[in-house]
Amino acid sequence: MATIKELEALEELETGKKYSRTSLYKDAWKRLRKNKLAMLGLSIVVLLILIAIFAPLISPYNPIERIKEDSSLGPSINYFFGTDLLGRDIFSRVIYGSRISIEVGVIAVGISVIIGLFFGALSGYFGGLSDAVIMRVADIFFAFPYILGAIAIMTILGPGIVNIFIAIGILGWASIARIFRSSILTIKNKEYIEAARAMGASNKRIIMKHIFPNSFAPIIVYATMNVGTAIIVEAALSFLGIGVQPPTAAWGKMLADSMSYIDIAPWMMFFPGLAILITVLGFVLLGDGLRDAFDPKLK
Amino acid sequence: MAEIENNKILEVKNLSTYFYTDDGVVKAVDGVSFDLKKGETLGIVGETGCGKSVTALSILRLIPQPLGRIVGGEIIFEGRDLLKLGEKDLQNLRGNKISMIFQDPMTSLNPVYTVGNQVMESLIVHRKLKKEEARKEGLKLLEMVGIPEFKRRFNSYPHEFSGGMRQRVMIAMAIANSPSILIADEPTTALDVTVQAQILELMDELKHKTNSSIIIITHDLGVVAKYADRVMVMYAGKPVEFSNIDNIFYKPMHPYTIGLMKSVTRLDEEKRGNLKPIEGLPPSLIDLPKCCIFSARCKYVCDECKREYPPLVEIEKDHFVSCYRAKEFMEGIIERFDN
Repeated sequence: MATIKELEALEELETGKKYSRTSLYKDAWKRLRKNKLAMLGLSIVVLLILIAIFAPLISPYNPIERIKEDSSLGPSINYFFGTDLLGRDIFSRVIYGSRISIEVGVIAVGISVIIGLFFGALSGYFGGLSDAVIMRVADIFFAFPYILGAIAIMTILGPGIVNIFIAIGILGWASIARIFRSSILTIKNKEYIEAARAMGASNKRIIMKHIFPNSFAPIIVYATMNVGTAIIVEAALSFLGIGVQPPTAAWGKMLADSMSYIDIAPWMMFFPGLAILITVLGFVLLGDGLRDAFDPKLK
Repeated sequence: MAEIENNKILEVKNLSTYFYTDDGVVKAVDGVSFDLKKGETLGIVGETGCGKSVTALSILRLIPQPLGRIVGGEIIFEGRDLLKLGEKDLQNLRGNKISMIFQDPMTSLNPVYTVGNQVMESLIVHRKLKKEEARKEGLKLLEMVGIPEFKRRFNSYPHEFSGGMRQRVMIAMAIANSPSILIADEPTTALDVTVQAQILELMDELKHKTNSSIIIITHDLGVVAKYADRVMVMYAGKPVEFSNIDNIFYKPMHPYTIGLMKSVTRLDEEKRGNLKPIEGLPPSLIDLPKCCIFSARCKYVCDECKREYPPLVEIEKDHFVSCYRAKEFMEGIIERFDN
């Protein structure tokens, strides 16, 4: 008995046509690849992750090591991005700073996605009282400006990277829950869900196997874009001094430290600022591209 | 007598399903009773919104909650009342002993899974088969329902299939566990005529192979005439006539059934006049009058019809009608097919 692969190969030979099997995700990937901006975003994101992982190999200096005699130097061959007031290499600090940003982006958004998916599924699929309660709580979260909420939580929990994860993670769940809920509401009434129920599938199976894969696309898009937001919020918190604590290198903190010297040593502020800009841009471009890629109407 | 009793595989007694909407209570199904015999095809006929589909969904307890509720009746299957079963037992039943084919094959398959995957699913859920075994079974099923190149198509996605092929896949999924009852809710409405015939042939063939019973819900009298053994005609949530196929087509005794018969084209008649539609529209199912619901559109309406709803009576053997004047039709006092 010939396997399916062999049959396909045979047909390809006969007809000269490539046999392609497409699913939603493969299709999306195909469309994403055609989108130059999205691919730029993806490259930035991938590069950034590589930089974060291999930071010790790339950075020429220890990011917290002070070289007193070399303080406040402009960019040069020795110090690509110059040095700061305490004589630390800004290039190394920017590279190490990517670790904080990526961690915050991924972990904090991961937390919001997990919480958001859980409550979104609960309220979208079961509806009724749980829906009402969850959505009203979400409303309360929406009532706070994002940054204000983050400041409030950080003040309660105290500074530190883990608390940043928690603060940003908790604040982000409401929008994820909303999106997932609405996405479930549309999928829930599709006939194939009814068909699955008529087939005897349990609630758990219907949610996990039938609703999830169909309603995941908007979550992926939103989460990707949200990574950018999370990175900005982390930078803002660190800038305000309630985020990552010194001497750890974080972009927001570097901005704050160099703010007063912007007229005499602009490089101290320029490079970390640029790093934030490029990173956020990367995630937003990728998210934007994903949104287009998942939209079947743009086929 | 005992044998006849045993022959009944499903018995629905006085089923009532209401929907509680903002505008009032919609009595989508109101006091429907019927039974299904082993190996039989039962047709449920009626116009849109008469409660055919809700009847079918009620049997599987798939009425959308919390809007709809089954407010009364019994559905006896294998000695158990389905209305009293817990969710777990129901899940074991659905797709296993009783399965359903839906109207629109275009939307009834999950777009993110391969067809094979979906056929395997009910085997894995109910028979607890391993992936490899389920795959073998699934391939067999696809072959059985006549999917060409089924080995290759096994890994295709639903959007790569045509409507007819998808409906074949739906059928494969429905018969995967050799159910004793197959409920087909307008299985051919979304398909074109030639494919319709193929699908119906396929269902009939599989029915004989697996010795299951079929409930076919349709508004297509042609489908009923060819495939059903008995027919229940529904109007506004109530059964108005229930009998075997010959009685329904040749000796209809409810004015509504008669109206339906007059409104289809017939090739076997000498004189071909214009089609006779039933005048008027079906009533809103909210706040139904106490009188005969059809009376407003009925040519033969009498005073009694406006007082009370006529009960469903067995006017001759195995022929149930709910009309006060049915006797007159039977005795020929009123000519049925006069123009």
